[in-house]
Amino acid sequence: MMGQGRLAAWGIGLAALVALPFVYRDPYHLHILVLILIWSFAYTSWSMMGRFGLVSLGHGGFMGIGAYVTALLWNHLGWSPWIGIPVGMVAAGALALIVGYPCFRFRITGHYFVLVTLALSGIVLQVITATRDYTGGSLGYTPNRTSGNKLLALQFDDKITWYLIALGVWLFGIVVWHWVDRSMARYALEAISEDEDAAAAAGVDVTAEKLKITLLSAVMTALAGAIYCQYQMFITPDTVSGIAVSLQMVFAAIVGGLFVSLGPTFGAVITILLAETLRIGFGTKAVGWDNLVYGVLLVLFIIFLPKGILGSVLDRLKPQRKVPRAHEQEAVQIARPGT
Amino acid sequence: MGMQAFLDIFDIYLLEAVINGILLGGVLALLALGLNLIFGVIDVTWICYAELVMIGMYAMYFMVQYYGISYFVAAPLTILLVAVLGAALHYLVIAPLLTAPPINQLLATGGVLFVLQSFATVAFGIDFRNLGIRLPVLAFGDMNFSYARLLSFLAALVGMVAVYLFMTRTFTGTAIRAISQDRQIMALMGVDTRRIYLITSALGGALAGLAACLLVLQYDVHPFVGLSFGPITFLICVLGGLGNFIGGFIAAFVFAEIISLGGLFSDLEWGYVLAFAFFIVMMFIRPAGLLARRR
Repeated sequence: MMGQGRLAAWGIGLAALVALPFVYRDPYHLHILVLILIWSFAYTSWSMMGRFGLVSLGHGGFMGIGAYVTALLWNHLGWSPWIGIPVGMVAAGALALIVGYPCFRFRITGHYFVLVTLALSGIVLQVITATRDYTGGSLGYTPNRTSGNKLLALQFDDKITWYLIALGVWLFGIVVWHWVDRSMARYALEAISEDEDAAAAAGVDVTAEKLKITLLSAVMTALAGAIYCQYQMFITPDTVSGIAVSLQMVFAAIVGGLFVSLGPTFGAVITILLAETLRIGFGTKAVGWDNLVYGVLLVLFIIFLPKGILGSVLDRLKPQRKVPRAHEQEAVQIARPGT
Repeated sequence: MGMQAFLDIFDIYLLEAVINGILLGGVLALLALGLNLIFGVIDVTWICYAELVMIGMYAMYFMVQYYGISYFVAAPLTILLVAVLGAALHYLVIAPLLTAPPINQLLATGGVLFVLQSFATVAFGIDFRNLGIRLPVLAFGDMNFSYARLLSFLAALVGMVAVYLFMTRTFTGTAIRAISQDRQIMALMGVDTRRIYLITSALGGALAGLAACLLVLQYDVHPFVGLSFGPITFLICVLGGLGNFIGGFIAAFVFAEIISLGGLFSDLEWGYVLAFAFFIVMMFIRPAGLLARRR
């Protein structure tokens, strides 16, 4: 249903993004852009299920699995990331199914679902810390530098290559988002998020639909973790895993706007630029200031602007675009437990 | 050195771990009680509950260590301070969101978690600090127990009994229990729900404050200390059934034993991993909590 004009705008925007690093080569700015693209992809992956009221605080776990499985297979078994990344994605997907199936089968929703997924990211963080003989524990982990083929090891020194990889991965995320948005699954999931029993009565297989979107979201998040690891060449449990990372995903997606495809990307731009500005502005005293501002903003956003910046702006621009769906009135709606 | 000698040693350690688990369970039960109270009455999960405890621990540290106030004077002041923080949290963040979807309230307290953590980082730095009070170790046969743990356990019990008496013997306590049973009807019965919510939040804060006074005896304070016992508190509440006080109490001891015994056989992290894994398995078996009736 994408109009010619929008398609053209996307085309021009993309062409500009691809051309950018060949015109503008400041390494620091390119570095920030790569980070924004990778995190945008992670936040988009989270919002794939978040927009349907499936609020997961376990995505830090999936991201950690993607990053650590890839790095561990490379260092210990010498498996190329080209194999390691799919293995990591499969591992994250398997974990998503193991935790997701009983949750959805037994109708664990709302607070309960959030807290179960919170436990999941807690487990992954503790396992990474506990297996410190292999993973380096909380001190972090570095994939070995390759002396051979850089393409095979997925290690590149120049920022332009990484920028193009990150751009491709990000675009992939946006395409998948639109694919889900235009699929039948979206209507099923929207029905589920409004009333599970009614959706089931109307013939929607609630458990299967929820599992599919959870699997997709988890696998994509693991890919984001692996790409982040290959780019940064250093990971710690705290930067790719755990509750803080999960909350960060929720925060960015909500600030940007959950219900529009570029919302999480917008959230990533805002949060990363904010963090960098504060870091430069406050120098070494910046520790903590960025999260302080994040936290205050998050609370204010949930109270006053639950549809996010981009979502609200788009609404203003096109007031008669369509009748807003009931579940978009609020940031996230969930089926209440026990109903 | 035969098999018998090995078993003797093993049993002593096992018993020590079991008892240490019970002592740990006391404080965990106190934390779970505060969170359950808030959930049961207001239907909100304070994700930042452990961070309130962290602020309380800093308050204790500064009063005792920096200003030289006696521990027993500082403790009530800390409990009062965190109680005020709890009420403020309700008034500023939860009250405007009471009609919003529950998940928004939960995420807003997630924002408060960031705020409190980074406030502590900015204001106090990331150094580990402790009271400098080293309580003696209690030797009992071949077993050693930390005096601080024993004291915490007893104080936690006293705190829980006090809450129980308040809830059953006073008018306000009765109103709180009534609201947790039916939110709509009580307003019609002439109970000011806003006042009850504020009192409940202050009470929940006070319990976090008490936990802070006890935890500061055993653990160093740093801005991220909440992350080391916050998640486990949520799991206890969910396992016991959110809002179910007795379920939370039992679950606290189950978790404490798993952590303590798991830590005996391996690293402490594996104790936590075991507890988490146990939690997930239990979610499959009893999704509505330990004490839930089968429907």
